[in-house]
Amino acid sequence: MTSGPENTELPPEQTPSLEGTPSPLVTALQREHPEWTAQVIEAFGETTFVIPRDQIVAACSFLKSWPEGQFNFLADICGADRGVEEEPRFEVNYHLFSTTKFHRIRLKVVLNEEDTHVPTVTGVWRTANWHERETFDLFGVIFDGHPDLRRILLPDDWQGHALRKDFPLRGYEPYSLK
Amino acid sequence: MSSSVTIPPQFEVVDRPLDTQMTISMGPQHPSTHGVLRLELVLDGEMVVKTTPDIGYLHTGMEKLFEYKKYQQGIVITDRMDYLNPLGNNLAYVMAGEKLLGLEIPVRAQTIRVLMCELQRIASHLVWLGTHALDIGAMTVFFYCFREREKILNLIEAASGGRLTPSYFRIGGLMMDLPAGFENRCKQFLNDFPPALGEFHKLLTGNKIFQRRTQGIGLISAEDAIDWGLSGPCLRGSGVNLDIRRANPYSSYENYDFEVPTEPDGDVWSRYMVRMREMKESHKIAAQALSRLQPGPVKADAPKVVLPDRAAMKTHMDALIHHFLIVAEGFDVPAGEVYHPIEASKGELGVYIKSDGGPKPSRVHFRGPSFVNLSALPVMSEGEMVADVVAIIGSLDVVLGEIDR
Repeated sequence: MTSGPENTELPPEQTPSLEGTPSPLVTALQREHPEWTAQVIEAFGETTFVIPRDQIVAACSFLKSWPEGQFNFLADICGADRGVEEEPRFEVNYHLFSTTKFHRIRLKVVLNEEDTHVPTVTGVWRTANWHERETFDLFGVIFDGHPDLRRILLPDDWQGHALRKDFPLRGYEPYSLK
Repeated sequence: MSSSVTIPPQFEVVDRPLDTQMTISMGPQHPSTHGVLRLELVLDGEMVVKTTPDIGYLHTGMEKLFEYKKYQQGIVITDRMDYLNPLGNNLAYVMAGEKLLGLEIPVRAQTIRVLMCELQRIASHLVWLGTHALDIGAMTVFFYCFREREKILNLIEAASGGRLTPSYFRIGGLMMDLPAGFENRCKQFLNDFPPALGEFHKLLTGNKIFQRRTQGIGLISAEDAIDWGLSGPCLRGSGVNLDIRRANPYSSYENYDFEVPTEPDGDVWSRYMVRMREMKESHKIAAQALSRLQPGPVKADAPKVVLPDRAAMKTHMDALIHHFLIVAEGFDVPAGEVYHPIEASKGELGVYIKSDGGPKPSRVHFRGPSFVNLSALPVMSEGEMVADVVAIIGSLDVVLGEIDR
């Protein structure tokens, strides 16, 4: 995967890479941090790194201050359920953006159903607070070290996590305040 | 409880009759919370010590619903999120779908999308302006704003049939072309709007009371704004020159000549001025788009995705079959995931779609700008007076339909 063009300069805008040839951004990252850049997906003009769970905070802090990338803006965090039968079942997607270079990158952490813990990135960006609360609320992903991990959209006494695939569309019973 | 109160020195008084903090619940029925937002405010006298927003009163599980609907059925759900900017939501959703499908959109459809989205942005800003002024105590502005907004809603109704829920864009183009006479009506509106904008400025911008209520209130620095993920006018009000229409152009925005207004101060007044100047720019873009309208198709050449014309359906066998299949079974979207951001009226509206390859998405997520902007409310409001919280919420321009989804 490291056989791409030896180019440390980033293009002004993100160009969709050719089949099989990693973009300069990916090559530069893989040279600096081989420990969390092993799995790269480049599709639809977007770059995704599948990051080992224990490396996510390190990856985020690095990308935030990396002079070549300057991914200083956390646009979004969203969870996804791949399906009840799938292993690993859950994923957490981090959409990063650079307010100076205007390019985007996606980081992905995949999780097993038995162990849905991820370290929080609220220490890197404070905006992660509500995104992580939402992901916890709807998927039951637990962000270790989060300062205030409460439900945000659903009531505090709600049972289950509504966006999981095994949660029925109309719920189990009509909700009423107790 | 009372002994542990810490009072900032500027509020230190010699003889305190009430040496305690008070917790009050503002909302969800409070008129200035723009929907059903509840704030838990800890007050020391009139000063806000702590703000805790409580959201979710309008949660309707829309993201769950997407997973049970075909791609084209999802468009109507997006209207109901940010109900002041439905065409922006339509655009973000259909463009994410088009990215997955790799569709090429005809020039006329792109131009009409730009035109309608800019009209919608003006309409959204007009509601913000009217209600923001109303919150602060200037009632007249509201009526002037809604008079102008009505004209835009009439235009949107003429094009799509819906005033608040247009669902005008489709994956692959538009629902239908603009009706006859639309261009003249739109020209009429664009001629009338600059004098109206001048009226708004006359009513508010020079108003000393309004200035005193907004300048220096709800401060947030550029670094904090980026750290808190603010986007749109809230970010530009802190002096950060960032507009997705410029940064990651979509739907041919790169061909339009417009300015990105920024204001340096990061207070309520800056956010007010950014939106006021933005309406002028939106007017400029809409006028350019209108002048560029050339006859042509408004739907992509993708018979398996885009519904055929009614006339073709009645005369061509294959068109009829495609029509039946798209309506009955939907169309398959290649497996993969995309995140498509657009500059909605409130900031970065990002749509994440994850597809497993079938006619229904596996996951749809909306990164609502209001959701993120509201999360920064505590930083802006703590240390301010309780009456100013109303002004700060107004300056964030939150729509709860999008926050709670």
